[in-house]
Amino acid sequence: MAMVESAPAVIEVDLAVTPLRELNAALHRVSGDDRGSWRVLNPRGAHAVAVGVDAPLEIDVEGHVGYYCAGMNKQATVRVHGNAGVGLAENMMSGTVVVEGNASQSAGATGRGGLLVVRGSAAARCGISMKGVDIVVHGSVGHMSAFMAQKGCLVVCGDAGEALGDSIYESHLYVRGSVAGLGADCIEKEMGEHHVAELSDLLERAEAGFEASEFRRYGSARTLYNFDVDNAGAY
Amino acid sequence: MTADAHRSGAGPPAPSRTALREGAIFDRRVIAEIQRAANEGIYDIRGFGAKRPVPHFDDLLFLGASVSRYPLEGYRERCDSDVVLGARNAEKPLHLKIPITIAGMSFGALSAPAKEALGRGASAVGTCTTTGDGGMTPEERGHSQLLVYQLLPSRYGMNPDDLRKADAIEIVVGQGAKPGGGGMLLGQKISDRVAEMRDLPKGIDQRSACRHPDWTGPDDMEIKIGELREITDWQKPIFVKIGGSRPYYDTALAVKAGADVVVLDGMQGGTAATQEVFIEHVGIPTLSAIPPAVESLKELGMHRKVQLVVSGGIRSGADVAKALALGADAVSIGVAALIALGDNAPELADEYAQIGSAPGFYDDWHEGRDPAGISTQDDELAARFDPALGGRRLANFLRTMTLETQTLARACGKSHVHNLEPEDLVALTIEAAAMARVPLAGTSWVPGLSD
Amino acid sequence: MALGGHLAEMLLQLGDRGPDSAGLAIYRDRVPSGSTKVTLHSADPRQDWDRVHSALDAGMGAGALEVRASHAVVVVDTDAETATSWLSERFPELRVMSAGEAIEIYKEAGLPREFVERFDLASMSGTHGLGHTRMATESKVTTDGSHPFSTGLDLCLVHNGSLSNHNRLREQLRAEGIEFQTLNDTEVAAGYLTWRLREGASLEAALEGCLEDLDGFYTFAVGTVDGFAVLRDPIACKPAVMAETDEWVAMASEYRAIAVLPGADDARMWEPEPGTVYSWERQPV
Repeated sequence: MAMVESAPAVIEVDLAVTPLRELNAALHRVSGDDRGSWRVLNPRGAHAVAVGVDAPLEIDVEGHVGYYCAGMNKQATVRVHGNAGVGLAENMMSGTVVVEGNASQSAGATGRGGLLVVRGSAAARCGISMKGVDIVVHGSVGHMSAFMAQKGCLVVCGDAGEALGDSIYESHLYVRGSVAGLGADCIEKEMGEHHVAELSDLLERAEAGFEASEFRRYGSARTLYNFDVDNAGAY
Repeated sequence: MTADAHRSGAGPPAPSRTALREGAIFDRRVIAEIQRAANEGIYDIRGFGAKRPVPHFDDLLFLGASVSRYPLEGYRERCDSDVVLGARNAEKPLHLKIPITIAGMSFGALSAPAKEALGRGASAVGTCTTTGDGGMTPEERGHSQLLVYQLLPSRYGMNPDDLRKADAIEIVVGQGAKPGGGGMLLGQKISDRVAEMRDLPKGIDQRSACRHPDWTGPDDMEIKIGELREITDWQKPIFVKIGGSRPYYDTALAVKAGADVVVLDGMQGGTAATQEVFIEHVGIPTLSAIPPAVESLKELGMHRKVQLVVSGGIRSGADVAKALALGADAVSIGVAALIALGDNAPELADEYAQIGSAPGFYDDWHEGRDPAGISTQDDELAARFDPALGGRRLANFLRTMTLETQTLARACGKSHVHNLEPEDLVALTIEAAAMARVPLAGTSWVPGLSD
Repeated sequence: MALGGHLAEMLLQLGDRGPDSAGLAIYRDRVPSGSTKVTLHSADPRQDWDRVHSALDAGMGAGALEVRASHAVVVVDTDAETATSWLSERFPELRVMSAGEAIEIYKEAGLPREFVERFDLASMSGTHGLGHTRMATESKVTTDGSHPFSTGLDLCLVHNGSLSNHNRLREQLRAEGIEFQTLNDTEVAAGYLTWRLREGASLEAALEGCLEDLDGFYTFAVGTVDGFAVLRDPIACKPAVMAETDEWVAMASEYRAIAVLPGADDARMWEPEPGTVYSWERQPV
């Protein structure tokens, strides 16, 4: 594999020349506490870029990526300097994933930890089935976002599409702009002090220059937790 | 009207007695179910697989050796039973000593000791177990020499470490009991441990997704398979599990999407908890699902290159041998494995009676009150189940099935169970003949093919 | 690079997700009104195209016939209906792939990279085009089952997804006089659009009708004489990516198909909203 060290600590991999499989294999071979810096060039919409990483690496992807970039990420900080396709950081466990542009559907799907930041907008199903990841979107999110969201926070600085939080469990949703519609069992809720603290912390870490007071909180009404025939219409 | 009025001759004559007659359409069971629904306002949920009779392997018979064909002697003349799953792309395919695997059943649906027992039994005979909708437990990974890790729509417990610890990965599109449905676990089984593994609040009913969250359709599944391979450095076979529905197309699409193994689960396949109407009225019998799947593999030139594992009502070596004869590479057992562990044991008749059931009938696995300690999360009940004993029982059952399979294969002159072929079979009924695409016994008639 | 070359590059990027067949509708060399350009397909590898051409020329007047692999394009001096009726009588073994003033539809079973080579896409110039790679869900892998489907003069449809009510709809459309060659779900959607347009609906209304009358999962792209339209179903599980520069506008199922276009790095990118008709038209210069 052609790897060029262009600065003392940066490992560069050019996907125009190096097969994806070698990039991912190399990323998997580093030791579990390696803090090295990597640059991935010419992704050109490739899928599964930097998936399954398990080390506190700094990975910069220069360009647009396809599906599942940074899938199942652990510990690493992955920055996409472009747009991301479907399932960005799906099932991420920890670490940070940032996309400078937009993210396609199912961004952060089933994520279990860490922080996902979308500096542009995310499309439908952002945070679907999230299980502990925190997601901050500087722009807007599409319909069915936070569908069946179990744990973790989704912060939307722009607007949210239809059916926000449909069938939600215990995730916290914060939206600054308009909400086109709420999903089954999702309601607006009061912002307590700990919510403000939680939201402020996320906004700061995501470098989103807004105040917690500009947001409204949404979450589960918990009426679907145990079946009651009178709620049958919601199913 | 009083007896006096009757004796006096006034009033209508006494009604004559006719025999009680049960209707075939509105039988006792149907009447009771309508009454229950009127009481409760919710569909009936239960475990187990389809209970009504459908054409199955019992409707097929083997043509043993005679004058034109010669059998193999037992013992000395080998009849091998090994199978390799997943050599198409993976660096480390699964080498199994027997063509019978343990199907995916979740920790959550089953108790932890039950999962441990499955691992012990499977490992004792050289085959694999499969996780379920809830993730991988240390007990199962610790006791299963070979473990297949499921990727389901829910993604409960999914993580890359377990993905890498697994020996194979099974993408679950659906299961035979409910093709098109998602997992189900009711509040009484969401214990602390289950809740933690699934990231759910304790004691609530788990609602389930029926589609995967980050892909829909075979073209996008192909990309998902690519991601899983990249995460695991192309080491592990990727299985795709489908419920019996449109097996011809589903098999072709699984192959085109890159599957190394197709797992096909017919409507008789069990479940821990699903709506009764789903179990009984969606999906096709296992027997009818196999030939279209095999046809699809052959058309793509992939028969024996992409392996076909069949499940849904596999109960004995006869079923194993027949599935193999129809073109499967291996079979998988679920309900049968639980019964071997001790589910529905006659010794527990009193306990079953206390919860309104009886040995041989118990299917309320969703309630989590199993006196055998298998389909429960209750610590006290689960503690009654001895995983070492359960493991031995399962190993016994697997060995018995293997011996039975080999017996039948030898009788057909085969030195390897994979050499069983459709021409070794005939059918007892027209339906079975049409579905299995083998002739009606004593004739050369295959309805629909040789017409 | 000619338009066909760009479309070829895009098709190759989507070969993995669609290995069964490939097709292209390209809009080019617009013919004067009164004439019709017809694209024909023959299943016979030794088709005598000269005979076809002579007969057409004698029957109605025809320009030179251009053969491309199993297809041939010819401009005839009459309207489309006359031409296609005549052809179905005189040459029933030939399939009319498309008819109109500018459109040419080519499609075949087989790998996309074979299609690109056999049909020499790189040599084709044009104003706009729609390509498709297919992974057949429930119908056979045949030429007829491939996309794009013609839905009228200078109109075509490509589809990603799987419909669920197409069998009943096919029957209803047959009763309205629409004909079908396959059991393909997309062909039904194409037939639906043809029918709505025939009954006087605008393309936009016909596409909006899809939201009411079609069930299932779909991202549709429709080619028109002056541009194209895109529609995603209300659930919008199947992907769609749009990209726009000062020079071009493009749509694809995946970004990597757009990545091969010149200037793609700086293109404005977005995703179409579900249940919304988008359309683009070239302005005459």
